[in-house]
Amino acid sequence: MRNFLRIFLIIILFFGFSGISNAAEKVEYLKTDWSFKGLFGKFDRAALQRGYQVYTEVCSSCHSMKYLSYRNLAEEGGPEFTVAQAKAIAASFEVTDGPNDDGEMYTRPGKLSDKFVMPYDNVKAAQAANGGAYPPDMSVLVKARGDGVDYIYSLLQGYEDPPVGMSLDDGVYYNKYMYGNKIKMSNQLSDGLVEYGDGTNASVEQMAKDVTTFLMWAAEPHLESRHQMGFKAIVYLVILTILVYFSMKKIWSRIETEV
Amino acid sequence: MSDHEYTPNSKFGKWFNDRLPLLTLASHLTDYPTPKNLNYWWTFGGILTFCLITQIVTGLVLAMHYIAHADMAFDSVEHIMRDVNYGWLIRYIHANGASMFFLAVYIHIFRSLFYGSYKSPREVIWIIGIIIYLLMMAAAFLGYVLPWGQMSFWGATVITNLFSAIPLVGEGIVTWLWGGYSVDNPTLTRFFTLHYLIPFLILGLVVLHIWALHVPGNNNPIGIDIKKPSKDTVPFHPYIVIKDGFALLMFMIVFAFFVFYTPNILGHADNYIEANPLVTPAHIVPEWYLLPFYAILRSVPDKLLGVVAMLSAILILAALPWLDTSKIRSAVFRPLYRQFYWILVADVLILGYVGAMPAEGLYLLIARVATAYYFLHFLVVLPILGYKERTLPVPLSITEPVLGGSPNLALAKNKEKFEN
Repeated sequence: MRNFLRIFLIIILFFGFSGISNAAEKVEYLKTDWSFKGLFGKFDRAALQRGYQVYTEVCSSCHSMKYLSYRNLAEEGGPEFTVAQAKAIAASFEVTDGPNDDGEMYTRPGKLSDKFVMPYDNVKAAQAANGGAYPPDMSVLVKARGDGVDYIYSLLQGYEDPPVGMSLDDGVYYNKYMYGNKIKMSNQLSDGLVEYGDGTNASVEQMAKDVTTFLMWAAEPHLESRHQMGFKAIVYLVILTILVYFSMKKIWSRIETEV
Repeated sequence: MSDHEYTPNSKFGKWFNDRLPLLTLASHLTDYPTPKNLNYWWTFGGILTFCLITQIVTGLVLAMHYIAHADMAFDSVEHIMRDVNYGWLIRYIHANGASMFFLAVYIHIFRSLFYGSYKSPREVIWIIGIIIYLLMMAAAFLGYVLPWGQMSFWGATVITNLFSAIPLVGEGIVTWLWGGYSVDNPTLTRFFTLHYLIPFLILGLVVLHIWALHVPGNNNPIGIDIKKPSKDTVPFHPYIVIKDGFALLMFMIVFAFFVFYTPNILGHADNYIEANPLVTPAHIVPEWYLLPFYAILRSVPDKLLGVVAMLSAILILAALPWLDTSKIRSAVFRPLYRQFYWILVADVLILGYVGAMPAEGLYLLIARVATAYYFLHFLVVLPILGYKERTLPVPLSITEPVLGGSPNLALAKNKEKFEN
């Protein structure tokens, strides 16, 4: 046992040191309270709706969200627009459909079942319009970045003048949270950029938080039911474990061995 | 094997059992005499069976919705996550289930190492176990490729490229494995097929593993041979069933926590970026459970020797029953081996850690030392230890040290006396 503890201590120290050395290199992300974290975490409905507004008015001119449909906007656990609102949102987009009986493609107003309309026809077109950089699809963006929501929330507010001596090419910007600090997206948010319907002050911080919340939902649309089911499942398992424990004690009491 | 003959009560039961003795098998399984001093480290066999069944059942459902095509695989996984009823649940159970499976198998393996369960007469159980472990790694690797994310693609590229280290035919083998000149659609479809096949091979081997176990019976924490059935044993049902059930439930709580609250923590973020042959991720790392072997691979400067070292690190385990020369099974009575055992555990954890780090500077140095020690443990320490170590006296039976007031009375220098 003593040896075991000794080795355990060595390992802890080892990991501890490596943790410290890693921490020194990392930037501290901006912190905010996310309503969807924790055992009972849920999305802030109003934040999701505002976040959708920021996405549509700002991000969607370059970033696609190909895995989302307009119907998702009215689904439980999401922004929960009313079905009428979601229909209106869908109808405000022009969708290319077809071919029709004449063999022609045509455009029509969007329906709930349509996927979010993409800003570019294909990746090449997106690159051509953005100086060679492809604005990533945002459907699962939060899960595709190691530091998730904190990273995106910080990045949106992380634009600064480059440090003295650093020269940036045309169309490259300095961002203190971007990996490598060079980003091809210019600063998108400025105070009052959008006008929120619910009267919330559209500060950069507020918009960053709202749109990041929206992106989290987009990447994990079933997060709320996952949390709810998880709590029930774990409570169920704990109760069952206790019951089985006492049954086990009872059964093993027939023989003299300790369990 | 239980000693008594089983006769079914009902007439039909007897008729059927004479033709296919399934009821005799069931009776054998429930009555199977098990050492009564098995501790909770012995519950992982049952837990592993649960893991395998869970993977097969969830995998079956996923396969109904998944599309094995380079252009559609990533989309179909997102379709499962979003539109399939409880698809997110099934996929998260399957993805985290792989990690849970390996967590359990590592505990199971290290339990064997501690209590000497691989020694005579259980060598065949052990070797079947090693084959199962190899197949598990293959299945896990193949499965990780299927979502067709960046780590899938580049992981597949790195691992299949290992075969190019084989002299003369290496390049040809890699092309053959890929079904083309790079990892692409043909690679994905064959990986999917093999990923579907391997679990059933594992299932078959698990049957053999348990069959082979039921011939000599379980080892136990004090590692002595026991008489079966006797005061030292309990019938498998209900004693071991309820205990395994209790341990399984505890395991499921941990499992559920990962699935419901941190489903992506064990995966890599890059795998949520669709595979792109033109963009290489900054660090290509395998899943956590393969990291120790990845560290061994990278610690050797030569590619071919690295691959040889990595394979040897696993295959050396198959030779373990003959490398360990000690007659005493359990580390409880082997004070020196116990220390080396924990050093090995630390060594493997360190290998796992450096496997996740870039192979440079201090990390590379640590990886090399740890790799050297890993082989040293099996090839030098264990064979010598069997001759040099002064072991503690081993009790005659499980009950005796418990019932007799002074355990010293119950000690015996050689086991043969007891068996006679």
